[in-house]
Amino acid sequence: MSEQEERISETTRLGLEIVKEAEEDRLMTLSVGPQHPGSGHFRFTVKVDGDYIVDCDPDPGYVHRGEEKMCEYRNFIQNIPHLERPVIHDSSNITYSYSLAVEELVKIDVPRRAQFIRAIASELNRQIYTLYWLAIYGIFLGHSTMFMWPTGDRELIIDLMEALTGARVTHAYNIPGGVRNDIPYGFKDRCLRQVSYFEKRLKEYEDIFYNNPLLRQRTEGVAILTKEDAIKLGVTGSVLRASGVPYDIRKAEPYDIYDEIDFNVQYLKTCDSFARAYVPLLDMRESCHIITQLLDKMPESGEVRAKLQPNPKGPPGEAYRRVESGRGALGYYIVSDGTPRPYRVKISVGSFRNLLALPHLLVGSKLGDMPSVYWSLNYWPVEADR
Amino acid sequence: MSKPDGSSQGNDNGNPASSVTSNKDLPTTSEKQGETGSVVPKPSNSTSVQVTSEKAELPQFEKGIIDSLVSKFGDSIKVVYVKPLRIKIEVPSKDIVEIASHIRDESGFDHAESVSATDYPKTGDIEVIYHLGSYTRENLSSHILALSTRTDRNNARLPSLIEVFKSVEYHERESFEMVGVYFDNHPRNDRFLLPEDWADIPPLRKEFRIKGR
Repeated sequence: MSEQEERISETTRLGLEIVKEAEEDRLMTLSVGPQHPGSGHFRFTVKVDGDYIVDCDPDPGYVHRGEEKMCEYRNFIQNIPHLERPVIHDSSNITYSYSLAVEELVKIDVPRRAQFIRAIASELNRQIYTLYWLAIYGIFLGHSTMFMWPTGDRELIIDLMEALTGARVTHAYNIPGGVRNDIPYGFKDRCLRQVSYFEKRLKEYEDIFYNNPLLRQRTEGVAILTKEDAIKLGVTGSVLRASGVPYDIRKAEPYDIYDEIDFNVQYLKTCDSFARAYVPLLDMRESCHIITQLLDKMPESGEVRAKLQPNPKGPPGEAYRRVESGRGALGYYIVSDGTPRPYRVKISVGSFRNLLALPHLLVGSKLGDMPSVYWSLNYWPVEADR
Repeated sequence: MSKPDGSSQGNDNGNPASSVTSNKDLPTTSEKQGETGSVVPKPSNSTSVQVTSEKAELPQFEKGIIDSLVSKFGDSIKVVYVKPLRIKIEVPSKDIVEIASHIRDESGFDHAESVSATDYPKTGDIEVIYHLGSYTRENLSSHILALSTRTDRNNARLPSLIEVFKSVEYHERESFEMVGVYFDNHPRNDRFLLPEDWADIPPLRKEFRIKGR
């Protein structure tokens, strides 16, 4: 027995693996998340060659709750409170498209005043979500002021939503047929005051954060998602609009009263990480205009909820409806077999669709750019897992 | 005033709604509409087009999209419904890749928004629906084309559309683990959202019951 064979048998006896030198040895595999506080409840593994990422494999599912299965066991109304759990910061939007789809199946007409109120609620909720996202985006790019400011301003909008719905984050406010209750006394003035204050604050955000040379160096020209790739990957929301595609469901397929509102779709053509971070700010600014118009045009009085039968059900059929949420198009595909419970509910969420862009963008970029790329995707792990 | 005009030019703009909205951006379909404009009712008789009764004129544009597909593929396409902004067609699984390529290249739908698999134990099959949308053509931006196909639920196997629409990758992977449809040519039919040690049947099959329910 030669010396080398002796060594191999000794290694095998000790239960150790024989490691052969190979080309892959220069690659190192890193696991990011799920326990890392910055990635959310989401894990992905990256392989790095020196400083460059050569492979990325997302592994979602740490907060999978089986929302779609749960829907099949509850009736159309009972489904609302648990359906907003995937994204509690944007709960008015995630129940909005559900309500639209159920209204189409059960054939409910929503009163005009209710359409305005739920649009206001969803615009406010979108801002709550975007501020939360902006706070985390700020802190993970090392800008702690940008964590404090949006978190503080978010409280003011949460207070508004609390006055409107009675709950701070999980509102269960949009229901099939309208909204749960009417707006409280003095809400309109309070909301207008808040919006005008918030518009000033957005300018300050821009000064302190978006015009910060450090942020610009870390994000400008980083992780380009070209228009062709964005369309091919089917991304949505701010990621799509940052790649030069002016697509917003509120404009493309106006639901409720959005066709009466005058607003522009905010988009940028630079396709980089900075554009993906900047589009949500532009969206918030446009959203302030929308809220002002909604409050202005809202009828002074009227019904806020259509009368429903106790266990609403419609004829067998299916509906696919979508709204623009904080993370892009949010669609519900609901199949009804004529009973009060849905036969099948599929939630097509923006986060899950944008996840496809993560490996596409990370492969080839530097490891140090990973946080700015990841957070620029406006990804919400809980929503993607459902 | 409009009546004599409409009757004299009936063949030229057989689809008044579509000619207003679509001519500029839909060169191929509008050419075909010119040819098939007079035979529009024929495919609707042979296949089962259910035009929603209250607004009979509205889905003309949607019918134009369907007619170009039906004239190309004939009987293999079954039109399930045509509603305003929503179209659903059902195709056999062996033709789905070819039809999807045609939809992408000619009809202009460029990405999949959602892929849903639904289990139907009563008929013994699984339906997979691709909800296709368009970013590139403005007149299609509000439309959803639902491309559906069926497979036997005891041997659920379908060709993957990943070569046609890259955007279906994770959706199909999710359908594999949640409903148990194996997609041929898909690079990874494996765990995605469920735990790695999941040892039960796919949870969105109807025989999977939630505990206590």
